[in-house]
Amino acid sequence: MPAIPSHVPEPSRTDPALLRNFCIIAHIDHGKSTLADRMLQLTGVVDQRQMRAQYLDRMDIERERGITIKSQAVRLPWAPTDGDGQAGTHILNMIDTPGHVDFTYEVSRSLAACEGTVLLVDAAQGIEAQTLANLYLAMENELTIVPVLNKIDLPAAQPEKFSEELANLIGCQPEDVLKVSAKTGIGVDALLNRVVRDVPAPVGVKDAPARAMIFDSVYDSYRGVVTYVRVIDGQLNKRERIKMMSTGATHELLEIGVSSPEMTPADGIGVGEVGYIITGVKDVRQSKVGDTITSKDKGATEALGGYKDPKPMVFSGLYPLDGSDYPDLREALDKLQLNDAALVYEPETSAALGFGFRVGFLGLLHLDVIRERLEREFNLELIATAPNVVYRVIMEDGKEHTVTNPSEFPEGKIDKVFEPVVRATILAPSEFIGSIMELCQTRRGTLLGMDYLSEDRVEIRYTLPLAEIVFDFFDNLKSKTRGYASLDYEPTGEQDAQLVKVDILLHGDRVDAFSAVTHKDAAYAYGVRLVAKLRELIPRQAFEIPIQAAIGSRVIARETIRAIRKDVLAKCYGGDISRKRKLLEKQKEGKKRMKMVGSVEVPQDAFIAVLSSDENAGSGKGKK
Amino acid sequence: MPSALPDGEPVPEDGSLPAPALAGAADRPLGFYLHVPYCATRCGYCDFNTYTATELRGTGGVLASRDNYADTLIDEVRLARKVLGDDSREVRTVFVGGGTPTLLAADDLVRMLGAIRDEFGLAADAEVTTEANPESVDERYLATLREGGFNRISFGMQSAQQHVLKVLDRTHTPGRPEACVAEARAVGFDHVNLDLIYGTPGESDDDWRSSLEAVLGAGPDHVSAYALIVEEGTQLARRIRRGEVPMTDDDVHADRYLIADEVLGAAGYEWYEVSNWATSRAARCLHNELYWRGADWWGAGPGAHSHVGGVRWWNVKHPGAYAGALAAGRSPGAGREVLSEEDRRVERILLELRLREGVPLALLRSAGLVAAGRALGEGLLEAGPYGEGRAVLTLRGRLLADAVVRDLVD
Repeated sequence: MPAIPSHVPEPSRTDPALLRNFCIIAHIDHGKSTLADRMLQLTGVVDQRQMRAQYLDRMDIERERGITIKSQAVRLPWAPTDGDGQAGTHILNMIDTPGHVDFTYEVSRSLAACEGTVLLVDAAQGIEAQTLANLYLAMENELTIVPVLNKIDLPAAQPEKFSEELANLIGCQPEDVLKVSAKTGIGVDALLNRVVRDVPAPVGVKDAPARAMIFDSVYDSYRGVVTYVRVIDGQLNKRERIKMMSTGATHELLEIGVSSPEMTPADGIGVGEVGYIITGVKDVRQSKVGDTITSKDKGATEALGGYKDPKPMVFSGLYPLDGSDYPDLREALDKLQLNDAALVYEPETSAALGFGFRVGFLGLLHLDVIRERLEREFNLELIATAPNVVYRVIMEDGKEHTVTNPSEFPEGKIDKVFEPVVRATILAPSEFIGSIMELCQTRRGTLLGMDYLSEDRVEIRYTLPLAEIVFDFFDNLKSKTRGYASLDYEPTGEQDAQLVKVDILLHGDRVDAFSAVTHKDAAYAYGVRLVAKLRELIPRQAFEIPIQAAIGSRVIARETIRAIRKDVLAKCYGGDISRKRKLLEKQKEGKKRMKMVGSVEVPQDAFIAVLSSDENAGSGKGKK
Repeated sequence: MPSALPDGEPVPEDGSLPAPALAGAADRPLGFYLHVPYCATRCGYCDFNTYTATELRGTGGVLASRDNYADTLIDEVRLARKVLGDDSREVRTVFVGGGTPTLLAADDLVRMLGAIRDEFGLAADAEVTTEANPESVDERYLATLREGGFNRISFGMQSAQQHVLKVLDRTHTPGRPEACVAEARAVGFDHVNLDLIYGTPGESDDDWRSSLEAVLGAGPDHVSAYALIVEEGTQLARRIRRGEVPMTDDDVHADRYLIADEVLGAAGYEWYEVSNWATSRAARCLHNELYWRGADWWGAGPGAHSHVGGVRWWNVKHPGAYAGALAAGRSPGAGREVLSEEDRRVERILLELRLREGVPLALLRSAGLVAAGRALGEGLLEAGPYGEGRAVLTLRGRLLADAVVRDLVD
């Protein structure tokens, strides 16, 4: 192990020529967190005693699911061990990027804070769609790419094959691809050397007014919001007043410093450096990713480019199973929002499900993670309605509606309906091309193109309506490709489509939770399926219950639950009485778990079963 | 009685009751149920507390046998006398059930009744019933019972169809129960009941009609008709699970019930409880009415349930354990529950709604009243009695009685 460098340059007094800002682009499970762990050890910022796996991933869910939701930055000192040994101690700022498609915007801001990226690919699996998408993003940002194959110690590793693949993608020689094992540590020092050698030092104007880009913002219950920034020009100093350029809001810098990897206060952060600031704000929406920070006095006048407000793409109604938990749900959402500028919600009332919230998410994983955190960290039992996208409906009279809840889809004369579309990239072994294309066709996809990455791996690009992939697309894709396919998508706008709202009527009453917007060709199948399913799930009651699926006033499917004719125990003699009273008490308990929809008692289980059925749930689909 | 015992608190060794249970006892009728836990064979559908062995050894080596059973049971009647103390009530009803009471000698049954007469006194108009197996009685047996003070007898007929009896494992020959009715009448029984079961796997509507016709031909003054309940743990439940016999659909049960009410009604039998019909008010089973109207009764015998003034208790199930407790001078009670006011209100609703007289609406709370109004609108309650302040089930309502009860107790 190399010696821990002495003479480590301090924050705000570091020569930009010694700085290397880089991130790691990798697919989930390709070993990014393990590599980060090795780097922490090798550079000596975490000693063996304190080391734990996935050191940088703070949240339990992240560690358990192996995904990184929030990024962080770590300052690592490194004196290259190759060459003549005269290079001296450099400062490497490793910026950990979020690893999922839903967080593309956050990824893009992390990339914008770097000059280079380590492209980390599993030597046994090759590149995956999402990694490819982020790689393209890095190339667009003109980052220097350091290609690395990980897990070369695995028996199934094919370093030759995948070196070739990477070389083709980024235009380098296969020999330039580094081969490491983050698990055993092989090749990690060479990788750090390569970062110093290849990644350019940041170039900024030292004496200009300060401009720092926020690439992450994290809520900490003790310290308030911790904001991670990359200083582009000038310098931020402790105790100065700063200004958020998107809103003009000013704050005092209570603390400024760097993570190595624990937060360490400093006098300031200089040009090209990466660090954190604390201003005392309590809500990440006051310190938004992509925003530019400057000094309050004599600050910059022009913000850095690339800032966007996060825009929810997928909506779902979240309802507490027990109506009395509603205030707890509100409180939990409020808390999560402190740390999640992309989470939006507003109260909503459903005739069927009671009081709840319509919640907007960046995508399916985002939805999944939020729901899981609500259930796990806040002990809430929830019913989530099937996820839906946002529709723009233009009426014949020119009025426009934005629909985030299918039950609010307007009635009357509709001229046009617009739905969001995405550009989807699917990577898979070429043997599955047929079944992938078949799947995309049934989801109203349009083929954009197809390229072979290597002899037997192919990249397929489609335009798909987002609504078609928020349901069960990814599960279907996985099962049709025996788990080999990977998917990435990015919103590309909207399209005009023949969409209709299908309502489900129970005993003549519309059940808002089951309303769905579907393509008109799929409406009939949706109606038939839901109606049949409800017939199975709703117990017979004192009267006959028609279940109908309808588009407007036109019924497209119908089933009937026959009236129950017998609900009486034949015998009730002396010995039966206690038993019967106890049975009655049990039945009353059961009745409490029924939701009244009009005059019909619907078991809560029926809602859960219908809303989480394989055909239309978002649950568990996010892992990619 | 079903074989599974409820959970409850323990019964004191001497069987004593909390003082409030006896308050106001004089105003309530008192009955006795005597359980005989023996059968010649166990029927496939039966989950009652009954045993086919003639001798059962209990804890402490006490022998419980058919031969000394009457003496054991008489011990409990004496215990009852002690527990009820200076309660001066005469006994209004006695009902001997099983099992198969008629597996005991007729003299044994008469001796058991004698013990009640000796300890408590029998009311002059007391109703004294025994259940009887059509194959285990003859005219002499019946005459002995009649002379010993029994005045009502109930035969387990179940069906007039051999193939149906076979599924139920009933061993009597078709026609024998009807003959028993005549024999009972001949020796002077005023009141005779036939028990029927409908909805047995393999039974058709016509089979059921023929059973009802056979009953009408025999002319008892009381008929009980029960939907077959397939209880867990019975041979029949296992056969259904294995697919050897089909499960009867609830709608079929409903149809059979309507047939029964139509045929019996047309022949002058009037329903007075969901599963019971009688030719006159006097022909009703007074003992069962004690159960349904919250009166007091002492149930003697293994597994028997009792109720006195809001305390329900039940005996240990096994005849050996039962005999052992009594031999040691202890109460055979296995557990009991003391009902709260609300328990008693709920019980009144769930029991009395099954009766022709129904439940006083005054017993309902506001949510229950709303539910009653709804049930009236849905045709489950009779309009006439409703106007007079009573919830009385219609024919369709009787079939949905449990659902109505669930709403009315709110």
